[in-house]
Amino acid sequence: MESQAKSRDYIEMELLLEAIYQMYGYDFRQYRKAHLKRRIEHRMALSGLESISTMIHKVLYDESFFKTLLFDFSINVTEMFRDPEFYKYVRESIIPRLKTYPFIKVWHAGCSTGEEVYSMAILFKEEGLLSRTQFYATDFNNNVIAKAAEGVFNMEKLRDYANNYKDSGGKESFSEYFSTGYDVAMIEKSLKENIVFADHNLVTDGVFGEMHLVVCRNVLIYFNRKLQNKVFKLFHDSLVPGGFLCLGSKESIVSIENDKLFTDMDIRLKVYKKAIL
Amino acid sequence: MKYEAMVVGVSAGGVEALNLLLPCLPAKLPIPVMVVLHIGRFSIEALISQLNKKSPVEIKEADSGEKILPGHVYFAPPNYHLLVECNKTFSLTVGELVKFSRPSIDILFESAADFYREKLIGIVLTGANSDGAQGMKTINKNGGYTIAQEPKTAVNGEMPGAAIALSTMNRIVPLQEIALFFSSLDKFVLTGNKS
Repeated sequence: MESQAKSRDYIEMELLLEAIYQMYGYDFRQYRKAHLKRRIEHRMALSGLESISTMIHKVLYDESFFKTLLFDFSINVTEMFRDPEFYKYVRESIIPRLKTYPFIKVWHAGCSTGEEVYSMAILFKEEGLLSRTQFYATDFNNNVIAKAAEGVFNMEKLRDYANNYKDSGGKESFSEYFSTGYDVAMIEKSLKENIVFADHNLVTDGVFGEMHLVVCRNVLIYFNRKLQNKVFKLFHDSLVPGGFLCLGSKESIVSIENDKLFTDMDIRLKVYKKAIL
Repeated sequence: MKYEAMVVGVSAGGVEALNLLLPCLPAKLPIPVMVVLHIGRFSIEALISQLNKKSPVEIKEADSGEKILPGHVYFAPPNYHLLVECNKTFSLTVGELVKFSRPSIDILFESAADFYREKLIGIVLTGANSDGAQGMKTINKNGGYTIAQEPKTAVNGEMPGAAIALSTMNRIVPLQEIALFFSSLDKFVLTGNKS
């Protein structure tokens, strides 16, 4: 009987995700479930709802509740120069190749609150590429995009970021990239100028054209294999031949079909290159 | 089989404890074991290869989407939460720290309890915080089997102490006895009886 009780939860959850998709167009149906379930149960407890079924009704009739839930679903934990080794690799192995292009386009898919795209902008500035680079930073969550565009960070975190920066091979004075207030630090204006922040949903939206570098780290871990494959195809179609794709440290391109789309640059750091067919 | 999986949570003092326990596991282990060791963002590759050399079962870091198989010990990767999916695979997330920790013992234990229900064994070992207490409570609530290391015999008694304070354990024993439990785990999971 236990297994039956368990499957009820999952039936309810699938109905909730279907309701969200039909009502609001956000498609979580191919997300992996354990994390979503945790977030749904957390919201149920906070809102005093007794079942996922009652949440379906609330989602359909109360848009502000839906927005709260949407925010619950998105993960917005990030940091500047997260995984310093990866940025070191970008500096030493990717940037020399990007330098051969007259104009460079970079897409940060799932940019959250902007920490990683600003890190990349700092790196590009130091390597003399910033002025001829256009960054696109996208997320499905409008709240985080607005926050990312502000470029304001908590002072307390800046020290950790400075350590990451140093570990990534940064040689400048990290704090000079910010103007600091009492407890916040604002990213220098010149680092924002070449970044466009935009609303884009990897599940339902289309291609970004002619990118030289796509960075999408710790987003695909939330997707099932089928959806991952769809997104790999989307990235492939968005890149120029020989363009680079960077994933999170626990994400890899596995299926045989996708192997043809990309070749390995660094297996451990999850850097791939669009195959020239 | 009475039990289908085991989860282990361990923090400060954990490397020594795992070095004692994992080599005791029987070679023909009919269930998977999942471990959260609080280690922040530091690599556990060296620890895993060291443990593999002296243990009869395969020990590895869990990958996203990986199928959960018997006879394996899976570690949560540093800086990721580890969860059990309803299709018996692993999920990883980079969500907020829980009890100052990522990976969090509570997150693994609660998602495993959700899937395995009463067929789960939960173990909390040495540690200097309260992560895992909530997860052990959920395992108990679902009818699983729980063991806490006896706090006064642990390098850090706080973590098993917190679990003991929050819900009733099936057993509270020193590390040496947990090692004996590990060595007869293949028999225990069949019937739930101590050999």
